[in-house]
Amino acid sequence: MKLGAMKPQRRNRLLLILGLVGGLGLALMFVLKALNSNINLFYTPVQVIEGEAPIGARIRAGGMVEAGSIRRSDASLEVAFNVSDLAGAAFEIRYTGILPDLFREGQGVVATGRLSQDGVFFAEEILAKHDEKYMPPEVAMALDTTRQDSMQP
Amino acid sequence: MIVELGHFCVVIACLLAFLQVVLPSIGLKQNSLQLMASASSLAYGVFVFTLLGFLALIYAFLMDDFSVAYVASHSNTRLPLQFKVSALWSAHEGSFLLWTLVMSIWTMMVARFSAPLTTDMRARVLICLAALGFGFYLFLLLTSNPFERALPFFPAEGADLNPLLQDFGLIVHPPLLYMGYVGLSVPFAFAIASLWGNTLDVSWARWSRPWTNLAWAFLTMGITLGSWWAYYELGWGGWWFWDAVENASFVPWLIATALIHSLAATEKRGVFKSWTVLLAIFGFSFSLLGAFLVRSGVLTSVHAFAVDPERGAAILMFLVPVIGGSLLLYSARAWDLRSRVSFKRSGRESFILGNNVLLTVSAAVVLLGTLYPLGYEALTGGDKISIGPPYFNAVFVPLMLVLMALMILSHRSRWWATERSLLTAGQGVFSVIAGVAAIGLSVAMGPIKLWIVGVAWLAMMIVLNLGYELYRRVRLKSNPVRRLLSQPLAVYAMVLGHAGIAVTALGIVTTVMMSEEADLYMAPGDRAELGAFDVRFYGTKNVEGPNYVADRGRVEVLREGEVIATLYPEKRRYLASQSIMTEADIHVRSLGDIYVALGEPLENGAWAVRVHIKPLVRFIWFGGVLIALGGVLSIFDRRYRVPMLRSSKQGTLAPSVEAAHG
Repeated sequence: MKLGAMKPQRRNRLLLILGLVGGLGLALMFVLKALNSNINLFYTPVQVIEGEAPIGARIRAGGMVEAGSIRRSDASLEVAFNVSDLAGAAFEIRYTGILPDLFREGQGVVATGRLSQDGVFFAEEILAKHDEKYMPPEVAMALDTTRQDSMQP
Repeated sequence: MIVELGHFCVVIACLLAFLQVVLPSIGLKQNSLQLMASASSLAYGVFVFTLLGFLALIYAFLMDDFSVAYVASHSNTRLPLQFKVSALWSAHEGSFLLWTLVMSIWTMMVARFSAPLTTDMRARVLICLAALGFGFYLFLLLTSNPFERALPFFPAEGADLNPLLQDFGLIVHPPLLYMGYVGLSVPFAFAIASLWGNTLDVSWARWSRPWTNLAWAFLTMGITLGSWWAYYELGWGGWWFWDAVENASFVPWLIATALIHSLAATEKRGVFKSWTVLLAIFGFSFSLLGAFLVRSGVLTSVHAFAVDPERGAAILMFLVPVIGGSLLLYSARAWDLRSRVSFKRSGRESFILGNNVLLTVSAAVVLLGTLYPLGYEALTGGDKISIGPPYFNAVFVPLMLVLMALMILSHRSRWWATERSLLTAGQGVFSVIAGVAAIGLSVAMGPIKLWIVGVAWLAMMIVLNLGYELYRRVRLKSNPVRRLLSQPLAVYAMVLGHAGIAVTALGIVTTVMMSEEADLYMAPGDRAELGAFDVRFYGTKNVEGPNYVADRGRVEVLREGEVIATLYPEKRRYLASQSIMTEADIHVRSLGDIYVALGEPLENGAWAVRVHIKPLVRFIWFGGVLIALGGVLSIFDRRYRVPMLRSSKQGTLAPSVEAAHG
């Protein structure tokens, strides 16, 4: 049936529906594109040192801050520390700026940033928590998986 | 003993809520007016006993009764008095007690102000509210009892309230936010009751409106205060993070905003009936979903407080039947709700339709971004992701810009159809005035930015069109001033609300585009330049507070060689918990804030110092306050005051046509 042969009322309705579907589709495509380009995957220390984490992409990584690993520079706000999964796997995070109040040795942290060729993680943001008892779910998972792995013979 | 009595009172409140469901339901079945009316008197009983339970827990906090486990883990003898009270709602159990108290307050208010409703409609509304309340009480008593004793071995000293929460923000933010969250249950109950009784006429919309507006105003205020609190207390100067917990409150707000507009169209014109019912259902459903997301800790958040993963399942068990059941009822009843009213493309109905489409789509995209990490994890078998703020900005901002553009014209629109000349009169002149003002503002703020010019133009156009609408209402009258003062409050409510949006938008775009931020390494005597300002650091001194010790820094801010402010940011160590907290100091100027916070101490008295210049940041919250005021003002409109307080046993209220509302 040709468009021109339809009753004007029906034609209008059809055009409206087509327009709506088209607009929705376009909007959905745009939203999904925005969504996909802003996904930050989380990697555990094991994944980082085994090279599973992509180099140079914006990702998140984290674990427990290793005791005695915090090193500061003399006249700038550069700081470097290691995070581990408490089972031997650890990597270095470097960050320039002010760390959250609850950042300290033995605390779980999640950093957002990029991994460099030599395995150092350059953080743009260190997740701050409000509560000492709060454990970021990612870190809890990272510790859990290592615990389960180490239990297997 | 008092604590046990408090616990007992809440048990009684729970039983009364149960009776409040059962008795009026029997009344409906047997057509017994007396049993139906029991719903109202029971509402008072539920409120009184919940309040008694609440007061008992406050008493336990004030008396430092650390044999109560909840008090022991969230209070301390040295905690200042006002925080001992607000510590009650600082964590999961107590905040849920507050939630039930707020629920009982809303139910009681509905019982008090619904006398003119027909007895069966009133009973149905109260049954719905009581059923929700009963579910909340069960959840509280079975999974989250704040009255539990830690006997026989209880601590001599409490573990203290999280220092971040020892703040004015905790006193006001949760109660206001809960008034909003829980208040959305009232339009929900009205919608369900009308579906149930098959009485979805226009009076249903008229009855829902003031309640929805009030709940929405509370929600607006709660979110605004939360943003302000996060800004000054968290110590990194942000005011919105697109964080899961923030989104959990923002999605219901977006839906409720759509709802108050579509309710207006339904009441005035009888259009969008079934859509409005759906919004009422979704508004409260999302506020429940928000409670689940926040309390279960399934999402990573910077505001994770009242987290308890085990109880998430219990909330979900409550969530599924409430949402599922109401949608089922909706699908069974709403299909014959076809509105038989037409309107033209230029009518106000079209603008409200546009508003609703934009707001629900933006709620959907925010919800998508918030829940996506959960779905991703489930689909990929455990891969954790997060969705960055760029996603939310990319999808949300364009939608809001279109909404603002629509808002400009909407002020001129009339119901059913609007003459073209009415929409366009004077817009050319207004555009030029708004354009000049927008460019002027951007230049005054520094190098010119297209974003500021664009958003400021939209904001100015909104304000100018609001003014024009007021002018048009009085211009032909003999006494314009008196005529202006006698405009219905609803008109002023709309003016305040929409002007608030303009103010907030202006604040957001200016702060985002023009903020200067620096994390600096500063030894005593060091100076640094930031924007037009010079910042000097003079080291820190030890000071003592009531329950903390602190390093207090002295920072001078200079402009063109003159000291304009001396700021004293602190790094506090709270004695009971030994936790460290940043207390930023902020110098408020008319054109913006200067924000200084101490990072961590470095060698030789040097500190990491964070300095922010935040132009017009206060506009964001000032706009929020205006919006909330608009919501409050609207419920005092004569049209609602008269029927609500009339004690006559009149049946359904016929919608009256009022010329004043055009």
